[in-house]
Amino acid sequence: MPVDARTLTLQRPRNLKAALAMLAKEPTLTPIAGCTDVLVGLHFGTSDTRQFIDLWSLDELRGITSKPILRIGALTTYTEIIASPLVQKRVPMLVAAAREIGGAQIQNRGTLGGNIANASPAGDTLPVLAAAGALIVLRSASGERRVSFARFYTGYRTSVRQPDELITAIEIPAIDGRQWWRKVGTRRAQAISKIMMAGVRSPADHLRQGYGGQEAGRHSCKVRIAIGSVAPTVVLAEAAAAVLSQGGAIGDAQAALRKEIAPIDDLRSTGDYRQQVAANLLAAFWKDTE
Amino acid sequence: MGRAVGTSVRRKDGDAKVTGAAKYIDDLTFPGMLFGATIRATIPRGEIVNTHIDLSPDYIVADYRDIPGKNYVALLDPDQPCLAEREVRHVAEPVLLVAHADRRALFGIDEQVRFDYRELAPNYDPETSETCFKQIAIDKGDIERGFRDAEVVVDGEYRTSHQEQLYIETNGVIAVPGDGQITVYGSLQCPYYVHKALVVLTGFTPDRVRVIQTETGGGFGGKEEYPSMLACHAAILAIKTGKPVKMIYDRVEDLLATTKRHPAIVRHRTGLTRDGRITAMAVDVLMDGGAYATLSAVVLSRGVIHAAGPYRCDHIRIRGRAMMTHTPPNGAFRGFGAPQTQFAVEAHMDRVAEALGIDPVRLREVNALRPGDSTATGQKLGKDASALPVLREAVKRSGFRRKRREWKGTNRGIGLSLFFHGSGFTGAGEVKLASKASLELTRSGARILVASTEIGQGTTTMLAQIVADALELPFAAIEVQQPDTDVVPDSGPTVASRTCMIVGKLLERCARDMRRKLGALTPAQYFTRHGAFTVTKQYEPPAGLAWDDQRYSGDAYGSYAWGCNVVEIEVDPVTFEVTPTHVTAVAEIGKAIHPLMAEGQIQGGTAQGLGYALLEEVVMRDGRMANAQLTNYIIPTPMDAPPIEVAMLERPYAHGPYGAKGVGEMPIDGPAPAVINALRHCGFDIRLIPATPERLMRARR
Amino acid sequence: MLLTINGRQRRLTVPPMARLLDVLREDCGLTGTKEGCGEGECGACTVLVDGVAVDSCLVPVAHVEGCQVVTIEGAAAAKRSAKALQNAFVEHGGAQCGICTPGMIMAALPLKAGASRDEIKTALAGNLCRCTGYISIFNSVEAALSPAKKGPPSRVALRRASAHARRR
Ligand SMILES: Cc1cc2nc3c(=O)[nH]c(=O)nc-3n(C[C@H](O)[C@H](O)[C@H](O)COP(=O)(O)OP(=O)(O)OC[C@H]3O[C@@H](n4cnc5c(N)ncnc54)[C@H](O)[C@@H]3O)c2cc1C
Ligand code: FES
Ligand code: FES
Repeated sequence: MPVDARTLTLQRPRNLKAALAMLAKEPTLTPIAGCTDVLVGLHFGTSDTRQFIDLWSLDELRGITSKPILRIGALTTYTEIIASPLVQKRVPMLVAAAREIGGAQIQNRGTLGGNIANASPAGDTLPVLAAAGALIVLRSASGERRVSFARFYTGYRTSVRQPDELITAIEIPAIDGRQWWRKVGTRRAQAISKIMMAGVRSPADHLRQGYGGQEAGRHSCKVRIAIGSVAPTVVLAEAAAAVLSQGGAIGDAQAALRKEIAPIDDLRSTGDYRQQVAANLLAAFWKDTE
Repeated sequence: MGRAVGTSVRRKDGDAKVTGAAKYIDDLTFPGMLFGATIRATIPRGEIVNTHIDLSPDYIVADYRDIPGKNYVALLDPDQPCLAEREVRHVAEPVLLVAHADRRALFGIDEQVRFDYRELAPNYDPETSETCFKQIAIDKGDIERGFRDAEVVVDGEYRTSHQEQLYIETNGVIAVPGDGQITVYGSLQCPYYVHKALVVLTGFTPDRVRVIQTETGGGFGGKEEYPSMLACHAAILAIKTGKPVKMIYDRVEDLLATTKRHPAIVRHRTGLTRDGRITAMAVDVLMDGGAYATLSAVVLSRGVIHAAGPYRCDHIRIRGRAMMTHTPPNGAFRGFGAPQTQFAVEAHMDRVAEALGIDPVRLREVNALRPGDSTATGQKLGKDASALPVLREAVKRSGFRRKRREWKGTNRGIGLSLFFHGSGFTGAGEVKLASKASLELTRSGARILVASTEIGQGTTTMLAQIVADALELPFAAIEVQQPDTDVVPDSGPTVASRTCMIVGKLLERCARDMRRKLGALTPAQYFTRHGAFTVTKQYEPPAGLAWDDQRYSGDAYGSYAWGCNVVEIEVDPVTFEVTPTHVTAVAEIGKAIHPLMAEGQIQGGTAQGLGYALLEEVVMRDGRMANAQLTNYIIPTPMDAPPIEVAMLERPYAHGPYGAKGVGEMPIDGPAPAVINALRHCGFDIRLIPATPERLMRARR
Repeated sequence: MLLTINGRQRRLTVPPMARLLDVLREDCGLTGTKEGCGEGECGACTVLVDGVAVDSCLVPVAHVEGCQVVTIEGAAAAKRSAKALQNAFVEHGGAQCGICTPGMIMAALPLKAGASRDEIKTALAGNLCRCTGYISIFNSVEAALSPAKKGPPSRVALRRASAHARRR
């Protein structure tokens, strides 16, 4: 049952500083951005927050820059990501993921920060950001910090973000090599993912110090793989990636992958299917990025 | 003559719909109007032993004791209470009604009411159910002999799931009380069904009950019987409070509580000669009716009559049962039982072809019903029996044989289905209905008075075309009265693909009479000299139609429409996702009164059929639909829609208006089996729909 | 709260988190915008906010303060292509029951003249229709946006008419 809007409050800060001050005073406030998750929760009566703080007008949280690192403001919508030549060039897999989110109306309102903060295991940008080794910029009245994507989530729908912190931006280091994205949804649009995978395959000599920071020399290439909807949070398939990095067989990598994920049955798919398709996606990624 | 019929005139309801001016039920308000909500049972089976209500006095609560007349939803069997008294038979069964002046005050209202139950063990399996709503047997020839003549016997079991109609406008009504009378406005297909239910519920005389259809945002059968229930609820509250009461379901409630397509289990045993001639067909049809009878008996009836497919066979035995289970009642949905049984027979035919090692087209060519052949019920078919022409047209248009050859062993597949669909009510149904239609002279032309509803399929436009031509007047001179039981005669329900063929024909007769009466005068001249007059006609069965309801034999329908679908698909080897890439839909519908709208019916029905085949699944958990949101009940989006190439053939039916037969339902009979046969071509043995990627993964051969 | 809806300013007392959809339908009497789900899936509630298509069931009214909101009722006045779209939906069978139609037209409105079928599909991906199977909707939008293909009365129907003319 929907929640009556008359029982809801909304604080409307004029700028980021004011927003952070409000949150410092009242950390129980729930931020709203494009509301494509928030209003669904209120419509179904599944969310019990009643006091909100509006980020939508905070232009400081918008925009895409690259000086030199690619920085995407938390309020950037999918439509803006798709249209951005910078993102197209540097993180095409993020553009691919954004194109497949919801439909036009959702892409026009849904934000990258909202997708991350909402922390659904089926959030489509999450595997991309994990594979890209992104950093999440968090800010509160007392300062700013950066958290590597791999360390952001702590469990099902929980993260290191403190209640008085906002996500202000996402920073994505330069990515060498090929990027790969595939979403398997319930249908072709307006679809929640059953499983999705992002992969990066970098040639060994072009290696940079990315997340994990492994020694590169001995490897034939460096591989990052992230999978969504197969565990309470996005999974970095490090063991499978290691097998492939070291020139191992795809079958061995698939076997390693199976041990890294624990998909379940739900309304939209089965654990069996997700297991099998995860392995298939891995092989497809490997073949496509050859 | 014939200026309107056969051309795609501008539809009458079009302009209001594209400008937002059209008024649907939720767009209307009445002074002093209250809003109503339904409190529903949360268990699948048991008894309510206690009710705890925690509401302030500004809420008005009604239960079954507030019903002035009888507490059942009058339709076929008087088994379904309008509000549960003690016994609960399914989750979401209505128990109490609450009204309030503030719509939002009703949000979360069910949390203020608690029932204590004595729970009983539910049964969700139609095979083990002890309650049978309806049993039907069809026997033709001597089945034993048919199997003795067979050189090969092929068995198979096929299953279909629930399907939700998913009109984009949810169910809704407004009941307006008067002095000892009640008027109900609503989104509905059958004003007189609602009228009948209200008369029983209120105990009012029929003239004190009035039902008016408002613009209706889709029905597909889902607004055939359910609005009677909802109208009764709103009427109870309106009578109790003395105020207009609006009840609009939100999507979740609509999905949880309203009817779905009957799931079915169909078993085939078919005897054939080695060269592919069918000698015997034994079919067993089991349908899951859900908790109350609703329309199960007639859904089953249409299902079994179509169960042998459009095939000639001298020895046929069909058995059908509709069983009770403790899930929300299933009911009418476009196709009405035939999609389930024709899915089975068409999926089976491809397995038969495989078993015999012959081409699926050849198998169908050998056995397709031809003019002069007789159906399972022994109905002798006329010249418009078009199974072969539609088959040949579809095979040729789609390049079926070449693609079949070239794609073998790849991840592309092509499959076909051949099907038919009886137009109008089954057997003596139309005679019993005795529908009436009227035509009233106006100053500028004529006004159509029928209870047949416009629900998107184009009723008003199509009927006006027929009348315009028969009256020899321009299309624009014909008005159509919004269905209102105070004004229009009972032309029967808007179901069963009967509106064009049956009601259209009645109006054609009215118009011809009116034409004769006008003589040399124009409507304006006649009107000025003599005033208005009305012509009313009642259904008369075409001579020679005979039906035996005891033996279930004879002329099941006045006529049949015929269809053949070819579906081309691609299976993703990585994800097992199936993409329909092209559909060829050939339909023989007698006469396309409005080609564009007829094509729209075929495309829309085909898309719904593709959803049925591949995407749409009602996940039932403990008798409750667990995926009752649009995000989890998956219908096709624009991105999922393949090109659908439509070809319409015309073999006029002598007793239809300008030769027309029904078109609305048939398009949903064919897509599912054609998809499944295309999957078989790709190496997937599927006998249960929807063929989700999860099922495909397990069905690899 | 001061809102600009279909070019007209309105001062309304509504809670800031009220859905734009409810404000339009209940407070402004603009019932052309429909609700099919309330969860962003069906697009029946689509309106334009500063020229951008959004689901009004997922927009808190606070977010449109100071913006230009256009609903189906104001479409024809706000944008030249709207009339052509509306007409094409009638002529090419894009509207059957009509409940999805306002949302479809609003979602198609930002498209540029000459949009390809793929662009049309992408623009309409968030709009569900249960009646048409979408093809006649694509045809309608295509016809409205490509002047070359405009022509009486409907391409589709003529092709079909000749298809069955051959059969007789
Ligand atoms: C029909 C439909 C289809 C969808 N399809 C997809 C899909 O395909 N893939 C997908 O991944 N998602 C999908 N979504 C979900 C949703 O659109 C995305 O998660 C979107 O990115 C959320 O962004 P938002 O700005 O709308 O978030 P909001 O709803 O405004 O907020 C979501 C959550 O994030 C918090 N939040 C937002 N911004 C910040 C911030 N800057 N700092 C801290 N907290 C913040 C909010 O408090 C809230 O808890 C769909 C939703 C709908 C309704
Ligand atoms: S009502 Fe807004 S998307 Fe369905
Ligand atoms: S025309 Fe009925 S839902 Fe689209």
